[in-house]
Amino acid sequence: MATTAKKLVQWDPAEVKAELLKKYPPKVARKRAKQIMINEALENETPEITANVRATPGIITMRGCTYAGCKGVIMGPTRDIVNITHGPIGCGFYSWLTRRNQTAAGPDGENYMPYCFSTDMQDADIIFGGEKKLEKAIQEAYDLFHPKSIAVFATCPVGLIGDDIHTVTRRMKEKFGDCNVYAFSCEGYKGVSQSAGHHIANNQVFRHIVGENDAVKPGDYKINLLGEYNIGGDGFEIDRILKMCGITNIATFSGNSTYDQFASAHTADLNTVMCHRSINYVADMLETKYGIPWIKVNFIGAGATAKSLRKIAEYFGDQKLIDRVETVIAEEMPAVEEAAQEVRTRTEGKTAMMFVGGSRAHHYQELFNEMGMKTISAGYEFAHRDDYEGRQVIPDLKLDADSRNIEELVVEPDETRFKPRKTPEEIKALEKAGYRFKHYDGLNPDMDQGTLIIDDLNQYEAEKLVELMKPDIFCAGIKEKFSIQKLGVPMKQLHSYDSGGPYAGFKGAVNFYKEIDRLVNSRVWSYMKAPWQENPQLSAAYVWE
Amino acid sequence: MLLRHTPKEVTERSVLVINPAKTCQPIGAMYAALGIHGCLPHSHGAQGCCAYHRSTLTRHYKEPVPAGTSSFTEGASVFGGQANLLQAISNIFSVYEPEIIAVHTTCLSETIGDDLPQIRKKAIKEGKLPKGKYMISASTPSYVGSHVTGFSTMVKSMTGLAEPTGKKNGKVNIIPGWVEPADMEELKRLAALTGVKTILFPDTSGVLNGPLSGEYKMFPDGGTTIAELKSTADSIGTLALGEWCSAAAARELDSRHKVPCKVLDMPFGLKATDRFIDALRTVAGVPVPDEVSLERGQLVDMISDMHQYFYRKKVALVGDPDQLIAMTEFLVSIDMCPVHIVTGTPGKNFEKRIREITEEMPFEVNVKAKGDMFLLHQWIKNEPVDLIMGNTYCKHMARDEDIPLVRWGFPILDRQGHQYFPTVGYKGGLRLLEKILNALMDRMDRDAPEESFELVY
Ligand code: SF4
Ligand code: SF4
Repeated sequence: MATTAKKLVQWDPAEVKAELLKKYPPKVARKRAKQIMINEALENETPEITANVRATPGIITMRGCTYAGCKGVIMGPTRDIVNITHGPIGCGFYSWLTRRNQTAAGPDGENYMPYCFSTDMQDADIIFGGEKKLEKAIQEAYDLFHPKSIAVFATCPVGLIGDDIHTVTRRMKEKFGDCNVYAFSCEGYKGVSQSAGHHIANNQVFRHIVGENDAVKPGDYKINLLGEYNIGGDGFEIDRILKMCGITNIATFSGNSTYDQFASAHTADLNTVMCHRSINYVADMLETKYGIPWIKVNFIGAGATAKSLRKIAEYFGDQKLIDRVETVIAEEMPAVEEAAQEVRTRTEGKTAMMFVGGSRAHHYQELFNEMGMKTISAGYEFAHRDDYEGRQVIPDLKLDADSRNIEELVVEPDETRFKPRKTPEEIKALEKAGYRFKHYDGLNPDMDQGTLIIDDLNQYEAEKLVELMKPDIFCAGIKEKFSIQKLGVPMKQLHSYDSGGPYAGFKGAVNFYKEIDRLVNSRVWSYMKAPWQENPQLSAAYVWE
Repeated sequence: MLLRHTPKEVTERSVLVINPAKTCQPIGAMYAALGIHGCLPHSHGAQGCCAYHRSTLTRHYKEPVPAGTSSFTEGASVFGGQANLLQAISNIFSVYEPEIIAVHTTCLSETIGDDLPQIRKKAIKEGKLPKGKYMISASTPSYVGSHVTGFSTMVKSMTGLAEPTGKKNGKVNIIPGWVEPADMEELKRLAALTGVKTILFPDTSGVLNGPLSGEYKMFPDGGTTIAELKSTADSIGTLALGEWCSAAAARELDSRHKVPCKVLDMPFGLKATDRFIDALRTVAGVPVPDEVSLERGQLVDMISDMHQYFYRKKVALVGDPDQLIAMTEFLVSIDMCPVHIVTGTPGKNFEKRIREITEEMPFEVNVKAKGDMFLLHQWIKNEPVDLIMGNTYCKHMARDEDIPLVRWGFPILDRQGHQYFPTVGYKGGLRLLEKILNALMDRMDRDAPEESFELVY
């Protein structure tokens, strides 16, 4: 299936959409048509998009599975928990250090992230059950490392043979006394994407860890940072900035994080949500149970970072903090603006496409805007409708069979720990001044009219899109990287950053500008054809004198 | 310290695997399938496995790795995946138009007992598998074997396409085993030099080391064609390289179509390459050309020139059985001392073969099949080595213990070149020696005190 470069210079979105659907069998085309939307950019009046539905068998999808979302994304970046994958060897092996979550363990710190633990189930375990093996594995891990916590993750066959991992872990927890042991029923087939796994992970963290440590941490203006995974050191840069501002980060869910951070999360006074998809319900639960309000922030993009810092300062309302934040922004921005100016001469007017996860395809548009680049098509790998259309659609979301499998925790105010951080009057006053709590508008309003918003993009459509709209850069994951580059278009990985980063915060913005400048202006893209391919007619032979 | 929790003391662990030296069967099946021209691998299970396998292969080969998935959700897991696979087959042939699909199971579809040959029949009956197109399948539950056995099983399935015509084709089948695309190319080159006509399968050269030309071909020009696979039944013989990876397919051709086979070691290093060339020459009844002897001589020359750097240097090795057996022999043949050897792949003869090869070693040799890299690291802590050879996941212990590392095997996620430069054959031997020497000599330079920091070696 070779593709020839035929660019629709003046592409018309309807035409592009029709092209994408053309080759599908009718049933597939009908389904995909609802997941491909021509954006109208009318705030919150964009037409409905279908999201969080099953991938079509046989269609090469970008998605991973529930286990990947649970163990890989959410629990992976916590360094002092021994994460044991209960299942055959593969799942554990593939989630071993492949997300580039960085961590600073310190000289004596516990850090199990470079390790991969698995029960390596064999066929006898499948036939006779794997509970005994799991119990023994937990014991062996405990004896070897004496960690403060052990987490167990179920892979597909575990659910099928019915191992009761929760009873096993409860028993081991009681037996040890000094080690919190719990399990995740995150079998790959549950749900339709990683998103189900995020949910299962977050529920168990909330149930088994949050609230375990009431000790009051030192520091002012205490926040939690939710949905930041410290890929390529993003979390380090955000922590640097927060520290300069005098803001105390109690817990990051989950990047460079520790068990104790989770356990103390309920002592923070504000929750800030980065990746809405992977964690918005945790913010809700923290509010209901402990009285901590939440706001949406974005530390991707220098402007977005400044805006988010101001928003945090405004929440606390303390002049000292407000001034400090302004000073930090004033100190950091000149270098960023200088870098932006410098690359702009080469990036202005260029176009980008982004198909990543469940928030990044939105956040990174800020950085591209700062370089004068437009995003002409974007979408998510495993978002739900609210990530596109905004939180106001949540009440209308219909639960299908696949979503119903995923447990919803019913949370009530904690008898002793619930403490409203602001009085209803204070909240009202802030809102009156334009402050927005629990709010997310989604991706659609931020994209231009006539751009294409596509859910669960697949390889075939990716290739077609690139061929028709010829973006100057395409952003997705490792599986997409090389097929896009074969087409002569640079591809930037936004899950793992192609070993780059950090891209968050002020320093990250500068890194990103330089990286994108390098990619879109690399000479390599002009080498696609050899001289004799560009000019195949042989008009005359050399005459050697 | 990255692996700061690894204790020196080796304690008995009976179930917990830490830092595995293997991964699961389907990824091997997927890699093998990519070595057929016009083939789309298909993973019958939930989409997560497929995503993991594609990601890992992509990271290793730095090339697109297309593969379909049956995208099971809970329903399919309860009621069986037949409907998903049938739907997948019809979607695949209308959207991607492959010549053939190679379906493998995952632990999920295997546990619920989906019967791929039966689903294939149904697909043909319902017209979902178009006429003139093919489907082969392999059963690859991950709770058996490893990525190596998954590879072997898919290669064996390829022999299902073999169709004898009753007329010999005068060719020799070569089953290369799980080696790099460049290695497959090198095997073809050596055979061509020797004047032997071959069918190499699988053949990922040209598929997973393709060019950048502004064009994306889901099915690149390389790979063993279906016509060639059919013709394997007419070949005069089969050389299977590696007991673990290749023998099953060769024996299948032997028992089904009376194509005699010889199972050799993978041709890493001097002696195994000698045996490979010797076998080629005998099965085809041709003399070995001078060019090949010249290459051999160059390898011997480098061994003799550099012997002082190899002599009695201790090495720790981790990898796949076929590769480890040949590599251990190569290291012993240049007077290096492999002292710790681990594979995660089970198999009863592995330890025995390694013991035979290392019999005369002046050091105690630790060897384990079904071992893991945690154990290897503990062994290293107890008996340090001069060099580690293995995949990218060795880099943590290499750094912690301050030992040079030569990346070799699968997966290599953080270095380049393995897909382009062969390590099999005599030329491959030269490259291996170069890598080993560079690692050892860079280390010498780094450690030398100023007064003895030398320019000339
Ligand atoms: S579920 Fe099985 S086949 Fe899939 S990645 Fe895990 S071990 Fe491999
Ligand atoms: S952006 Fe995506 S991949 Fe990243 S954390 Fe959020 S949901 Fe996960």
